[in-house]
Amino acid sequence: MYRIRLTLAIALFFASNATLNAQDLSAEVADLRQMLVEMKNDYENRIEELESRLDRAERSVVTASRDADDAVEIAEQAATDATAGASAPNIYNPAIGVVLVGRYANVDPGWEAVPGFIPGGELGPGSSGFSLGESELNMNANIDTHFFGNLTLALEDEAGETEVAAEEAWIQTTGLPNGLSLLAGRYFSGAGYLNKFHRHADDFGDRPLPYQAFFGGQYIPDGLQLRWIAPTPLFLEFGAEQNWGNSFPSTGRSRTSPDARTFFAKAGGDAGVSHSWQLGLSYVSADVVDRGGVDIGGPPAEVFTGDSDLVGLDFVWKWAPGGNSTVQNFKLQGEYFNRTEDGIFAGLPYGGDQNGWYLQGIWQFRQGWRTGFRHDEVDADNGSLFTDTILEDPGRSSERNSLMIEWSLSEYSLLRAQYIDDRVLDASDNQFLLQYIMSLGAHGVHEF
Amino acid sequence: MNRLIALLLLLMAPLNSGALEVFVCEPEWASLVKELAGENANITVATTALQDPHRLQARPSLIAATRRADLLICTGANLEIGWLPLLLRRAGNPTIQPGRSGHFMAANYVRKLEIPASVDRSQGDVHPQGNPHIHLNPNNIARIAKKLAQRLSQLDSVNQNNYSDRLQSFQSRWETATMSWEQRGEILNGLRLVSHHRAFSYLADWLDLDIVATLERKPGIPPSASHLVSLIELLSPNPPAAVVRAPYANEKPSLWLTERLDIRLLRLPYTVNETDGPVDLFELFDMTLAALEEANDERR
Repeated sequence: MYRIRLTLAIALFFASNATLNAQDLSAEVADLRQMLVEMKNDYENRIEELESRLDRAERSVVTASRDADDAVEIAEQAATDATAGASAPNIYNPAIGVVLVGRYANVDPGWEAVPGFIPGGELGPGSSGFSLGESELNMNANIDTHFFGNLTLALEDEAGETEVAAEEAWIQTTGLPNGLSLLAGRYFSGAGYLNKFHRHADDFGDRPLPYQAFFGGQYIPDGLQLRWIAPTPLFLEFGAEQNWGNSFPSTGRSRTSPDARTFFAKAGGDAGVSHSWQLGLSYVSADVVDRGGVDIGGPPAEVFTGDSDLVGLDFVWKWAPGGNSTVQNFKLQGEYFNRTEDGIFAGLPYGGDQNGWYLQGIWQFRQGWRTGFRHDEVDADNGSLFTDTILEDPGRSSERNSLMIEWSLSEYSLLRAQYIDDRVLDASDNQFLLQYIMSLGAHGVHEF
Repeated sequence: MNRLIALLLLLMAPLNSGALEVFVCEPEWASLVKELAGENANITVATTALQDPHRLQARPSLIAATRRADLLICTGANLEIGWLPLLLRRAGNPTIQPGRSGHFMAANYVRKLEIPASVDRSQGDVHPQGNPHIHLNPNNIARIAKKLAQRLSQLDSVNQNNYSDRLQSFQSRWETATMSWEQRGEILNGLRLVSHHRAFSYLADWLDLDIVATLERKPGIPPSASHLVSLIELLSPNPPAAVVRAPYANEKPSLWLTERLDIRLLRLPYTVNETDGPVDLFELFDMTLAALEEANDERR
């Protein structure tokens, strides 16, 4: 249409040009110019209108597709939420796990104290026959954005009666920045390597001798623990504990004053994809009041009061081909402890020097099957003052060699057989253990 | 003492090189972050293609990496239940805790398959939220890419434009690739396979493959001899084209079955493996399809 008008105007211009005289010409030109300007404006307006219409259409296409995307997402989210059972009242229940342990043992005659060591905590191979081990009930969950809580109850048969004990009851921060975390309550101390593990996660049915002699099986203090992880690619962790209470090796009678401190440092990393390792150094210092408490009739009783300082060195190295531990893997682990004690025993000045170590290798040779060997020993040097007491220097080290084989169908069930050549006492003793460890409920986590 | 405190403070200050520290649980997400963030991310991957993501330990190097991370990307849906909670608890790093913007679980953004109506461990290691091996459907990758790019921009708003440009570039390449894979996949429709673990359910769903049995009688329980024998009986009248397994799964049961049924054993790449396999997500699907096509050729 515009084109026709334009041609018409131009044609008109030329036609009129021919017939009009010079005076009229300028007026005509002005008119035509005016007409052209108007037409141009009209033309531009229309183009603008069309452009904006196009723009609007384009925009609505974009919003439509975005709406469609959103709708799909909302529908998917709704489907996800529906399956998560979001309305169940117990959705916030903590993760609950139960561990059932039982064993059949042939450990007679056994022993209840390691020669040269003041007994404490859990010691010795236990009783023969079938017995329930420690059944455990564990609950844990995030408390809120800043805290995590954990409770482990242990059910144990103690002289025909079932005892319930709070094995662990602690809270931990998850909201502290810069690699810091603070833990409070009753917890497995960070000293040593094996100490942080639950017994049911051990590779053998009993703890190595240094753990039995120095920690009564496991060091589980009440107190505070601060850990800091360095911001380095190499794993570097430092920890300090201030502990109160009665747990062995500290036996403070007063719960109001701090009486045990632990410091530890750990370093670890990978060597290629197949190997990983960790090294640890720890120091446990404890004020001891009346440890032992074995009354032999007349005073002074066979008890120790003084300072106990323990230094530990631990390492673990793990191998799995290509880092895939599903079928085959190997673990080598060892710890060394040295303890010096200064104070009064049975009314006499006492300075003792004791050490112990163990080394064990565990090999998973096919999926579900593992076998392992362990050597453990402890040695006490208590001087010659204490003949006929529990601290009588045995003049030899107490040691054992253990061999085990275990089978687990899934990560929740485990059956184990173990043979121990026990030379803790003078006479050597052959011991056998059969054990089952089953966990139900929440999935446990795998500590390194 | 003051000097010691100063040193400690210096050590505690984040080593800020400008790039985001990203901790990734599985290689497929590492590859996706590379596409979406490029130089803006320093990536640490917890597992390789040869490691079973179900079974890992919270080893020291991983604790050190999570401690430094600004963003943690995992599959979720309970795949990492055995080790990730411990890493999070040990890290001393609030930014990557659940509910924070530094915590990204890919499975939250896709529709899950095989959601069990009820769960009990007698059914094996079933995941209440459904099958977690979500990445073998490229449409899932596309959805997750979009969400991940949003998260990256949110965490590192200075480089927002970089993330949206990279997302656009990735999306257009991915869309084209997906179309060509789907075209190639048409002939695979109905291809009958046996898989070791239910690691390929999303692939099967996407390409309409027919997974007729699994070597694991129940998820996570190693294949037993009696189950394998029963599979022979079940499958020998009409043998499937192949047995498929992920590189981390034990090879022996698959070998045993394929030899007896005289069928092919396919070791599908399962995920990105830069040293010995697909170098990125594109190659992952290319190689997976190529392997399936080969098995399919023998079918006809």
